[in-house]
Order: sequence, then C-alpha cells, then structure tokens
Amino acid sequence: MKRKKYSVFVGLCSLCAVTLLGGCSTILLFNPKGPIGESERFVIIAAIVLMLIVIIPVFIMAFWFPLTYRASNTKSTYMPKWSHSTKIDFLMWAVPFAIVAVLAILAWTRTHSLDPYKPIPSVHKPINIEVVCLDWKWLFIYPDQNIATVNQITFPVNVPVSFKITSDTVMASFFIPQLGSQIYAMAGMQTRLHLLADKPGTYAGQNQQFTGRGFADMHFQANAVSREEFQSWVEKVRQSPEKLDLDRYRKLAKPNVGYHPVTYFSSVKPDLFEYILRKFNPTLGQNPRPMSGGNVSTQAGTDVSEEN
Amino acid sequence: MFGKLSLSAIPYDNPITMGAVGGAVVLGLVILGLITYYRKWTYLYKEWLTSLDHKKIGIMYIILALVMLLRGFADAILMRSQQAVAAGGSLGFLPPDHFDQIFSAHGSIMIVFMAMPFMVGLMNVVVPQQIGARDVAFPFMNSLSLWLTTAAALLVMVSLGFGEFSKAGWSGYAPLTEQQYSPGVGVDYWIWAFQIAGIGSTMTGINFLVTVLKMRAPGMKPMRLPLFVWTTFFTMLLVVWAFPVLTVDLALLTLDRYLGMHFFTNTLGGNMMMYVNLFWTWGHPEVYILILPAFGIFSEIVATFSGKRLFGYTSMVYATSVITILSFSVWLHHFFTMGASPNVNIFFGIATMLIAVPTGVKIFNWLFTMYRGRIRFTTPMYWTLAFIVTFAVGGSSGVMMSIPPADYVLHNSLFLIAHFHNVLIPGSLFGFFAGFYYWFPKAIGFRLNEDWGKRAFWCWLIGFYLAFAPLYVLGFMGMPRRMAHYANPTWHPYLLIAAFGAAVILLGIVFQGIQLLVSIKERRALRDPTGDPWDGRTLEWMTSSPPAVYNFPKIPIVDELDAFMDMKEKGVAYRRPDQYNDIEMPKNSPHGLIIGALAFVFGFAMIWYVWWLAILAALGMLSTVIARSMDDDIHYIIPAAEVERIENERYRELGPIAKRHPTDEQTIPERVPEM
Repeated sequence: MKRKKYSVFVGLCSLCAVTLLGGCSTILLFNPKGPIGESERFVIIAAIVLMLIVIIPVFIMAFWFPLTYRASNTKSTYMPKWSHSTKIDFLMWAVPFAIVAVLAILAWTRTHSLDPYKPIPSVHKPINIEVVCLDWKWLFIYPDQNIATVNQITFPVNVPVSFKITSDTVMASFFIPQLGSQIYAMAGMQTRLHLLADKPGTYAGQNQQFTGRGFADMHFQANAVSREEFQSWVEKVRQSPEKLDLDRYRKLAKPNVGYHPVTYFSSVKPDLFEYILRKFNPTLGQNPRPMSGGNVSTQAGTDVSEEN
Repeated sequence: MFGKLSLSAIPYDNPITMGAVGGAVVLGLVILGLITYYRKWTYLYKEWLTSLDHKKIGIMYIILALVMLLRGFADAILMRSQQAVAAGGSLGFLPPDHFDQIFSAHGSIMIVFMAMPFMVGLMNVVVPQQIGARDVAFPFMNSLSLWLTTAAALLVMVSLGFGEFSKAGWSGYAPLTEQQYSPGVGVDYWIWAFQIAGIGSTMTGINFLVTVLKMRAPGMKPMRLPLFVWTTFFTMLLVVWAFPVLTVDLALLTLDRYLGMHFFTNTLGGNMMMYVNLFWTWGHPEVYILILPAFGIFSEIVATFSGKRLFGYTSMVYATSVITILSFSVWLHHFFTMGASPNVNIFFGIATMLIAVPTGVKIFNWLFTMYRGRIRFTTPMYWTLAFIVTFAVGGSSGVMMSIPPADYVLHNSLFLIAHFHNVLIPGSLFGFFAGFYYWFPKAIGFRLNEDWGKRAFWCWLIGFYLAFAPLYVLGFMGMPRRMAHYANPTWHPYLLIAAFGAAVILLGIVFQGIQLLVSIKERRALRDPTGDPWDGRTLEWMTSSPPAVYNFPKIPIVDELDAFMDMKEKGVAYRRPDQYNDIEMPKNSPHGLIIGALAFVFGFAMIWYVWWLAILAALGMLSTVIARSMDDDIHYIIPAAEVERIENERYRELGPIAKRHPTDEQTIPERVPEM
C-alpha cells in the first residue's frame, strides 16, 4: 500500500521529467523565443528548484515517519508526551523563511526587470502595434504604417514590439506564450506590453481571459520575420481593398461566431485607437491624476496606474 | 404577472439538461414518496427540519454538501469529457453556451455549496462538543443559516430547469456579468444564490465566533483549545471580515444590472477592476476559510492516530493566526496582469510567498507529530497522509505563481487550475473526508467500513493525480482555462489522461456510496458503544455516540490540553457525577425553515422580475423574524430524572468496555442499578 503510493509519485515525477526534458517543442513556456520569455522561464525553473528544498524533505519524512512509527513496529521509540523541541521549531520556521527570502529577492529584481511596461533596450526603433480586443477577435493597428489586421501580427525579428492594448468589449488578456508576459485589455483603459522575438517563426497568440461565447476561437498568429519580409508583408497589407474607416470598424466590432479569418486593411482611420478608448472614457488624458483611469501618454511605465 | 418567466424558460431542446432535470425530479419524487409511504413526515419535521440541535443541523449541512458534491462532480465529468473530445476541428458535444454554464456552476457549487456546507457541518457536529458546550451560542441563528444556505443551493439546482445559470465563470467578472453582455437570468441566479448563501455564512461566522469565545467549559483556556476549535475561530474571523465585502460587491453589481447604475460598467465612470478587487478581497480569504478548518481536522487526526500529543501546538496556533492576517493582504495576486506597477505587484507577491512560511511550519508539525508515535493506519489517517504529500506540491506551485513574472505566463492557464485544485482538493476536501470518517461514529453511532473506505481513498488519490498532473503540463503548454474547444492537437493526449483521472475519481465516489450502504448494513458490528472509538484526545469523545441531546450531563472541567486524554490518564474520564441536574435546551423552531423557504421564493422572484412576489416574500421574512423575536418561550427543561435515565443506559452500554483503560477500572465500580 505504501509502495503503491510511492509508484504513483515516481510515475508523476517521470511524467514531469519526460515532458520537461523531452517534448520541449510543444511545452511552449519552456521553449521561449525571446528575452522576456526566457527570463520568465528562468524564474519558473528557479522557483521549482527552490521549492524542492522543502518538498524533498517533506516527501522523505512523509514516507519514512509513518513507516518507522507504524503501530505494528513495537521496536520503534514511542514518546506520547513529546511535543516540543526548540531546535526543530526554530528550523521549521527558519528554513521556509530563508527560502522565501531568497525567492523574494529573485521576485523583486525580476518583477522590476520584467515589468511589461518597460521598453526593451535595443538599437532598433520599436514597432508600434495597437491592440483592440473585440467580440471575438483581435484587431491590430500599426499606427506608423497606417495599416490594420485582424487575428494576425507580423513584426521583424530582434526588434522590440511595443503594444498598446485596450478593449471595445469585456475584459480580455493578450498573450503570446512563447514571447512571454500577458496583460489585460480593458475598455476605456490602455495597458502596455513590450515583447521581442529573437528567432524567426510563427507563434500562437491567444486570449487568456474568458470573454464569453466565442472565447475559444480568439486566437491569432504572431509572425516574427526578417526586416525585408516585414516590409514586403506591409506592402501586401497595403494592397488590400479593405479600408478601416469608422463604418467598417463598427461592422467589424459586432460579435462573430467561430474563428474570424485573418483580414488586412490597407488604411486606418487616424487615431482609431484613441477613438475607441475615448468612447468609454471621454475625459481620458484631460485629467492628470492617475485615478482618471490612465492617460494616453506615450511614456512607457507612467500611464495606466495601479489604481485600475 | 410572472415577469420574465414563461414556459419557454424551460430548456426543452437540450437533452443533457433535460435528462438531469428529469433525473432530479424523479429522484425527488421517489424520496418524497418513500417519506409519505413510511409516514415519516412528522418525524422529519419534528426531529430534523425544525431542530435547533447543533448535531442535527451539522448532519443536515453535510447531507446538503454531499448532494451538491455529486452535482458539482457531474459538472466536472461533463467538462473533462467535452475537452477530451473537442480537439482539432471538433466542437464536442457541448455548445459554448452550455459549457460556459457548466464551468460556472462547477466553481460556484464546489466552493459555496459543497465545501462551505461540508465545513460548517463538521464544525456544527464537533465544535460545541470539543469545547464542552451543550449547543452553539445562537441555536436559532444556526438553523436559519442552514436553511438560507439550502435555499441558495436550491436556486442553483432550479436554474437547470428554469432558464439558465451564469455563463461568466464562478468569479463573475464585470463587465461580462453586466446586463449589456449577459442579458439573461443566468447571472441573476448566480448573484442571488451567492447573496443568500453569503448571508447564511456571515451568520454562521458570528455564531461560531461567539460560541468559541463564550461557551467554553470551565478551565478551557485559549491555549487548551483543540486545534480544530482554534482553526474554526480564525476561520470565522475571516468569514465575518470577508463575507460582507462579497455582499457589497454583489449588491453593487445588482444595482448595475437591475437599476442601470454604473459601478462596474465600461462606460460612465464604471470600473471593472473595482469589482475584481472587491471580489478577491473576499475570494482570497475565502480559500483560507476552506483550508484552515481542514488544517484543524488534520491536526486532530494526526495526533489521535499517532497516539501522541500534537507537535508544536503553540507554533500551530501562531501559524494559523499569521495565515489569517496575511490572507487579507494578498488579493491582488489574482490579477498581477492588470498592468499595476512593479512595486504594487511585488508587494502582493512577497505577501503571498510569506504565507508559505506558516503553512510550511504546519506541514512539519504534522510530520513531527508522527515522529516517535504509534501510528494506526485508519481511513482518516490515509487521507491525512495523502494530504501532506499532495498539498506540499500544490502549495509549491502556488509559491511559484506568487512571483509576478512567473504569473505573467501562467495566469489563467490550466496551470492555475491544476494549482488551486491541488491545494483545495487535498487541503480542503480530503480534510473534510477525513473529518467525515473520523467523526461519523460520533455523529451517527457506528464506524464506517474500512475496506471500502480505503478502496475509495485509493481511487480518489490516483484519480486526482491523473486528473490534475496533466493540467500542470498543459499550463506550461500555454493552454488557457475555460476552453469549450481548441485547435491545438498537442493538448489532446493530456486532456484524455485528465478525463481518465476524473473517471477514476468517479469510481472513488461510487465506492464511497457502497461504503455507506455496507456500513449501514453492518451497523451492529460497527457500533461504537463507548463514544470513543479511536482512543481520542479531545472532549467530543467523552460523550456517547451519538451524543445525548444535551451532549454532557455535567459540563466537564478542563485542566489540560487534550482534556479527555488527560482525564483518561487520571482515571476520571468515566466517573459518574453524584447527582444530575435539570438541563435547559433550546426548543425546536420552524421559523428558520420558513425564512429559508421565503428566501428561496424571494430569490426566484427577483431573478424573474416578479416584483409583487418578491415584495410578498420579503414581507413574509420580516414578519417571521418579528414573530420569532416576540416568542419568549424558546427553551424547555430536561428533568434531572430523565437525564439520569439516559445516562444509566449509557453506562450500561459502556460498563464492561470502559475497562479498556486499566486506570479506569476503579472509577466505574458503581454498577448501574438494574432496572
């Protein structure tokens, strides 16, 4: 009976080991394609290792003590009144505390360095993408290129991508697992995210926060390509007959059933993103206090306050 | 006349729902028929439904919890089956509208209508006895809490057949739950069920706080309280502090939905994150509300079956208090990804990690309680050992997610689902099962069959690992929670394993059913004539099994921690008092039952906009409360002679067996006079 439990444990460990070491290509979080994702993988692995310092002794004691001190083993020491030991007491408070202290330092530094609002240092000028969550698809606006797409983004590899994110419906969460960090999309508020892909490829993007009936179909493609390929992709989008003016946007914003096919728009109504933000929050940017729900400043890290 | 309610509210077109409704209706009719056939209505009404006896209220709470466990688990099976088949291009057998209701109902039911009643039920049965009291501080309020909770649970059940349940998740995030995005009655069912149950829970909180503070037997100083009483006390502090926040949060959402206000809407200055903040200000303490009592149960069980004092009692008490306080400073870790500054995130991150310290201390205390003990491997002990090992893993995955950058990639993924099931199933449900097996003989009078108990245990444990280990992996693979279907084929094999795990757990539940039936059949052989089947350490084992209505003929005097063990060692455990006195006990009252029924009608009327009925029901509740408070004749006296008769019977049964403790021999010489 003890053995059965043991074998379950061994099975579980080997399952973890196999999946972590073996099938890395499908384990997206262990197969990151950019510095943010890599750093987050490091944090996860460091946390697992630190946790093992507690888990392993717990496992050993959880099998060793019951086995040794089972009632049928009358040879073991029996001390029914023994219930205190200052030494053990000290250790059992101090060891977890020490581990948490180490973790806290790691968490402190990484929380600051991996702040999604913090621009990624690079010699290249970042690509700006404005993201709007709609029912149930993602709209991406490239303000510098004056183009827009639905459910697909393309950006050059090794160039930071600077996202401004909002929602024209309920709250969602914008996430490309292999590139790292997700962030909420909320109507009338703007959140920021900075990502970078250091290897070319097509990465799955998705909505991580349940948004209703069409939630399961809210996935998109993120293509990291060379600079030349990016330029020709922009040209391709510019060839599209579709233009995103206000009427077309209103049509697009209506809920759709099933996966919305990738759509290109060769031009976009200027300041469409701010228009969507102001729809819900007309005073946006006028009130300097952070309580206003975030201002549309381009300074990363200063907008959308903790009050949200 | 009937608001939004019409015959079209019944989902005729959905065979799965209609099957469930049909099954529930048939089962209900069979039960009602049997009660009528055996003419048990008077018995049921007089002995149970209107009872203010804490033990009976506890048993009714646990019956409610077990029924809701079956319902919540049926939802789980449906979700696991759906995700096992809805891979690639397939949409599975559940359309998103139905799947969304199922996961919303599963979460709501398991937290509020399974775990909460299970916990309150065990506390009801045990806490007054552990502190040497005859009842809780407010017996009527106790009955009222039970019936409010039952009314709320009934609302959730009724949503199957009339209309729909919420499709916005158990946490009901605005603005998805606002009228604009969820115009149906589903969210209203969810709001009123939570609201009514929440008011019941708040009253339970007040009741047990006062019970622990005021009803303790003489000598039961704070540092002599059994650990389950301590955890109950801290849990109830959390209930009293946290539940009003939920009440307000839901009330504001109600104003938004019913009166077109803008607390949490997208427009006109509403802020959805305000909802989320308030929800988790309740929601995070809520998980400790569910886990702390289980910690108390494990502490009792591990000490009893190791035949040894609990290691580090003082440490345990302080660890519990630290968890209680810290649990209010961590709520923001549920939404690190909202875009708060790193300083805000790291504050809540480190506060969360800190909770791991007292929790770790508790784990080591349980381990060292076994060290140098004489461990008997009964079913409750199995659950306890499984808890220690499994919870260590679940707790660690929680610490991992408390690091904001790790949460940025793990948030809302199946890793999160695996994590909180990995803490709540071992940390709360295993604890309640352990407590159920441990205190069953006390409440009912006979032990449960050990063989079937162990079979059920192994199915649960193995099923648990099979069902949730793959979800950890799926989280690392980037799979979000709440997917009605998915395009990524690499997720499929893991979801198949998870579905298989759920099937193994189902087998465990079937075995638990068989165990109950077998034990009822063998009840004579499993009878507990002593009231102390496990060689217990705390006062609840001093009473008979099941206890007399007054629990203790004479209130015990406590000189030590582990009071009953201390009495057994001193040889005074079964000493008869020189004389018995009259005992005053609370009379039965139908008012709680009536208010519960009216609360159900009120909730139902509010959900369907039947305003006149809602007003009538509200007035009815108010008048019932007034009627009850006008009633001064709320006690009855059990005469000393009656107490003596009951106790004589107990001693006759106890007589020869009480000699089990050699030191007791001299204390039961006075043979009961033959009658």
